[in-house]
Amino acid sequence: MQTPAPLADYVRATSVADAIAQLEKYGEDARLVAGGHSLIPMMRLRLARPEALIDINDLDELKSIKVEGNEIVVGAMVRHREVLDSPLLFEHYPIFRECEKVIADPVVRNRGSVGGSYCQADPSEDLSALGSALRGSVVIQNSTGTRTVPMREFHFGPYMTQVGDGEILTEVRFPIRPGAGSAYEKVERRVGDWAVASVGTFVVVKNGVVEDCGIGLAAVGAEHFCVPAAEEFLIGKAPTEENLEQAAAMAAEGCNPSSDQRGPADYKKHLAKELTLRALRRSVQSSQGA
Amino acid sequence: MRFVVPSNQAKEPDMQVTMTINGESVTKECEPRTLLVHFIRDIVGLRGTHWGCDTSNCGTCVLWVDGEPVKSCTILAAMADGREVRTVEGLEQNGQLDPIQEGFRECHGLQCGFCTPGMMMTGRWILDNNPNPSEEEIREGISGQLCRCTGYHNIVKSIQWAAEHPAENEVKA
Ligand SMILES: Cc1cc2nc3c(=O)[nH]c(=O)nc-3n(C[C@H](O)[C@H](O)[C@H](O)COP(=O)(O)OP(=O)(O)OC[C@H]3O[C@@H](n4cnc5c(N)ncnc54)[C@H](O)[C@@H]3O)c2cc1C
Ligand code: FES
Ligand code: FES
Repeated sequence: MQTPAPLADYVRATSVADAIAQLEKYGEDARLVAGGHSLIPMMRLRLARPEALIDINDLDELKSIKVEGNEIVVGAMVRHREVLDSPLLFEHYPIFRECEKVIADPVVRNRGSVGGSYCQADPSEDLSALGSALRGSVVIQNSTGTRTVPMREFHFGPYMTQVGDGEILTEVRFPIRPGAGSAYEKVERRVGDWAVASVGTFVVVKNGVVEDCGIGLAAVGAEHFCVPAAEEFLIGKAPTEENLEQAAAMAAEGCNPSSDQRGPADYKKHLAKELTLRALRRSVQSSQGA
Repeated sequence: MRFVVPSNQAKEPDMQVTMTINGESVTKECEPRTLLVHFIRDIVGLRGTHWGCDTSNCGTCVLWVDGEPVKSCTILAAMADGREVRTVEGLEQNGQLDPIQEGFRECHGLQCGFCTPGMMMTGRWILDNNPNPSEEEIREGISGQLCRCTGYHNIVKSIQWAAEHPAENEVKA
């Protein structure tokens, strides 16, 4: 049986400022715990051995989904289930519902949070593909203030993000794009498993031309979960099957998957192309200008 | 056999946790690292909640925290401090089985019974949110839980039976 290594302290933060103060007090050996559904498994495997845990589950200030100007703002402590059920997110981007429906299982989705997903930075994290596709940004706070970091600069690599010691991710922001269509495609070995490969896209079609688009890929070794060359190719072109296929091929070309128990690298590359194509097709179909 | 949480260090439990379990306030000592499933089983002594894997996949440990099903092997007891917990022992009200329990009995919803506590806690919650779920909704609802015996068919039927036989006094998630 696996049980976490001894933990010296557990505290419950009462506000974002308090969480930051606690992080500073305990130093680099402290970790925030949100849903705990990535961190506790890592602690059971002893891949993570924090000295102190600072629980942010009580921070109501991080639990809302709202529109601010031309952005949708999702608080760090919003749970997967709330994203799945949100009419606001669905209205702007159906990709939120499609993506959440294939993240883990309903019981895990009751606990896992948006902030925890981004900060875990697992190379297979589905929300990272979504965030990169939509070119969202994250807001990080420390004792001196806040800064906004584009999603495509947020991850340094597997399990590494811009969140430093004494810092907390407070919200994730997504630009609103009127008329955008969006979709999510994932292949998994069984229900609730991490992706073999997954792809999320959005497309805005205006006057028969792709005005804007985004492609995000998880589990296939795409740097920052994206392949900008494929997007650049498609923008300004007609969304024909031929052009979508070319963009999908370019997206797959930009991936560098590794072979593991979920499949060989060439199969994952094949999936990257096929899933990109399927997601693009459906995004084009649902774009209001199409 | 009683399972004892191994400790690398001969160390006294060093925190006090208080939670409401099945309507009663319970205060016990544990270590900050103690998982909720072990707290409930080994420290509080309620063995109805099972523990079946180290990977958060099997779902036999599911209980409710503040009315929502949670895999209790994937949160700490400390994280449930001050919260309201309900386990399979708390489904029965005044000596009367909950319809979900009756359903499993009526429809042969268990064989070895290992997955059953988690299945019933999730099943009850599915019905509290959606009194008339479709078969597909039930299958989706329990998709984070494994059963090695029944092939799920009779589990789905048991939950459907409970949907058709609501009781006045059932606990609500
Ligand atoms: C059985 C199972 C299956 C899963 N399947 C999938 C899947 O298919 N796809 C998928 O994408 N995910 C999957 N997950 C992961 C799930 O989405 C997790 O819930 C999520 O990755 C982490 O969210 P959390 O709130 O539980 O984070 P936690 O475990 O609490 O935290 C994760 C990390 O982020 C840090 N952190 C948390 N919140 C903040 C914050 N606000 N600011 C700074 N740092 C923070 C923590 O310190 C920790 O290092 C699965 C998990 C399980 C248990
Ligand atoms: S014991 Fe909790 S999911 Fe298996
Ligand atoms: S009845 Fe045996 S595991 Fe479900």
